[in-house]
Amino acid sequence: MFYREAGDFKTSYTDDSQTFPIRFDRYRYYAVLIVAFAVIPFVINDYWVNAVLLPFLIYSIAAIGLNILVGYCGQVSLGTGGFMAVGAYAVYKLMTAFPEISIFIHVILAGGITAGVGVLFGLPSLRIKGFYLAVATLAAQFFLVWLFNRVPWFYNYSASGQISAPERTILGVPITGAQTAPWAAYLFCLVFVVACAIIARNLTRGMAGRKWMAIRDMDIAAEIIGVNPLKAKLSAFAVSSFFVGISGALFFAVYLGAVEVGEVFGINKSFLVLFMVIIGGLGSIFGSFAGAAFLVLLPVLLKNTLVGGLGWPTDLAAHLEFMIVGALIVIFLIAEPHGLAQLWRVAKEKLRLWPFPH
Amino acid sequence: MPDQLLFGMEVVLNGLMAGVLYALVALGFVLIYKASGIFNYAQGVMALFAALTLVGVMEGQVPFAHLINAILGTQVHHFGWHVPTLLAIILTILVMVLLAWTVNQLIFRHLVNQEPIILFMATIGLAYFLEGFGDIMWGSDIKKLDVGLPQGINPAIDDLTFGIFGYGFFIDNLDIVATVVAALLVVSLVLFAQYSKQGRAMRAVADDHQAALSVGISLKFIWVMVWSLAGFVALVAGIMWGTKSGVQFSLSLIALKALPVLMLGGFTSIPGAIVGGLIIGVGEKLFEFSVGPMVGGATENWFAYVLALIFLVFRPQGLFGEKIIERV
Repeated sequence: MFYREAGDFKTSYTDDSQTFPIRFDRYRYYAVLIVAFAVIPFVINDYWVNAVLLPFLIYSIAAIGLNILVGYCGQVSLGTGGFMAVGAYAVYKLMTAFPEISIFIHVILAGGITAGVGVLFGLPSLRIKGFYLAVATLAAQFFLVWLFNRVPWFYNYSASGQISAPERTILGVPITGAQTAPWAAYLFCLVFVVACAIIARNLTRGMAGRKWMAIRDMDIAAEIIGVNPLKAKLSAFAVSSFFVGISGALFFAVYLGAVEVGEVFGINKSFLVLFMVIIGGLGSIFGSFAGAAFLVLLPVLLKNTLVGGLGWPTDLAAHLEFMIVGALIVIFLIAEPHGLAQLWRVAKEKLRLWPFPH
Repeated sequence: MPDQLLFGMEVVLNGLMAGVLYALVALGFVLIYKASGIFNYAQGVMALFAALTLVGVMEGQVPFAHLINAILGTQVHHFGWHVPTLLAIILTILVMVLLAWTVNQLIFRHLVNQEPIILFMATIGLAYFLEGFGDIMWGSDIKKLDVGLPQGINPAIDDLTFGIFGYGFFIDNLDIVATVVAALLVVSLVLFAQYSKQGRAMRAVADDHQAALSVGISLKFIWVMVWSLAGFVALVAGIMWGTKSGVQFSLSLIALKALPVLMLGGFTSIPGAIVGGLIIGVGEKLFEFSVGPMVGGATENWFAYVLALIFLVFRPQGLFGEKIIERV
């Protein structure tokens, strides 16, 4: 009824090429933004922020980053955990070295540093392809985690080998450290999520994104029609690592506060983010959000129903979660390789015709 | 002879032994990859699952005891019998064959003609599933596996080297057994692939699926057979590693050790898996011995990967892999 483009006339090119061409979509997008910025901060409590919202927001950034690399550029990476660790340690070093500069800038700089490291480990992608590359990115994962574990300079020679975030404020409101109010942490992450999503969406709609997709679909053919594979692949690695680095920085500084690198940024983190991208939908920004929400909510739901509701032991619920996640990955790959985003697209197609069948 | 050199020789020997164990896991990967083009990330978890099943059967554990107790409120955990080792191994092989059949029926039959990277991600999903499944079935506590393999320092080698160099080498008996078993396994696999009817069919399928189908080879049978073979290799690897360090979650991580071996040796080559395993085994032990103390140790975690990565930049198909030819 209301969800269609009929009657919504475009009179300029800017209108025609906007992100949400359907009026209802656009209003829905603004409504979501208003709710996220103006309503949720007033109604949330500590549990919701720490168990659901913060992980969801932070993993969304990581999933967007990985989706650019895997979904748009077709370069499978298993090094996400390592790159998140780079972001975390970069922001830690910056926070402790330059306490007078705003943490906002530190997080962005951490993203930049991670982008540099990402380009370095992306260099082999020019020679290696497919799962050879996937395995090669594991080198980044293991090497980086080892580096942060073993070289004391990175954790400022602290006795425990951990890094913990000192208190930093923005406009007098603490963002990191023990005194942080739930809403402050939430809003801080939300700003980054919205900015990253807008940047990613516009990058992938523009020339850069089209080059990435050409490389993904067939790199030799793309090269022949004039896409420079060096620039395209390395820019994908850079942009992807930038996002992943920001998410790692937020994960450490805002969400956890203290981090032991092998535990938090191990290979399981890489797989988790990859699963978010697969379940959410390869090559879709919305899919990154959907996948992140799904895999953040699933353990919470399982824990509440099985452990809280039925009284099962926690380890049993954890094993069951492994089984469910694994089975879901396989089911999605078989039944719907484009993930939740494709289901959403199909639903929208149906909505455009509703209530008429044709 | 100077001490340092002797230590170095001992390190090299131990590295060779470790390399054989890596090669053993890598072999399972190569088998499946050659026959079906699937890069099976779940190989390590299969080794864990096989070892868990073996221990469970030998000890007479009730499968899913944990789950049954949680749902029904009962207190079952053991049947109260002990199965002899040989029978338990045979039962475990049957379980692995069943697993191979199920995996093909439920997953890979539906993914025929998909891109290799999709198949790879499906096996990651399978690995996660199996990991949870194995733990739910047999419990996640660390189990001791004892199938009667000798363990501990080999006194003969110790004495011999002491007689020659005045310094006894420490070589574990288990490593020697593993080396012998791995060598036997490789020889029998190569013979099987070269001379038996099924082995030839397997190579035909590896060459070209459609051509193999058109001369009457059953793809389904070959795939189940290859996955069963890989399951068997996983069982052998699981027994070796399980005896060495107990059957526990970390056993599934040996897959991560085998990946650089494969990259180095080439995904399609059985000799490549062996040579790659030996290079990486010796390389990482020597690197840890010589450079490790300078940079804080534990370099074994990443050395193999970085070595393989650097190597691949110069030779993308690995040592013995088929040359990658790309056409638009």
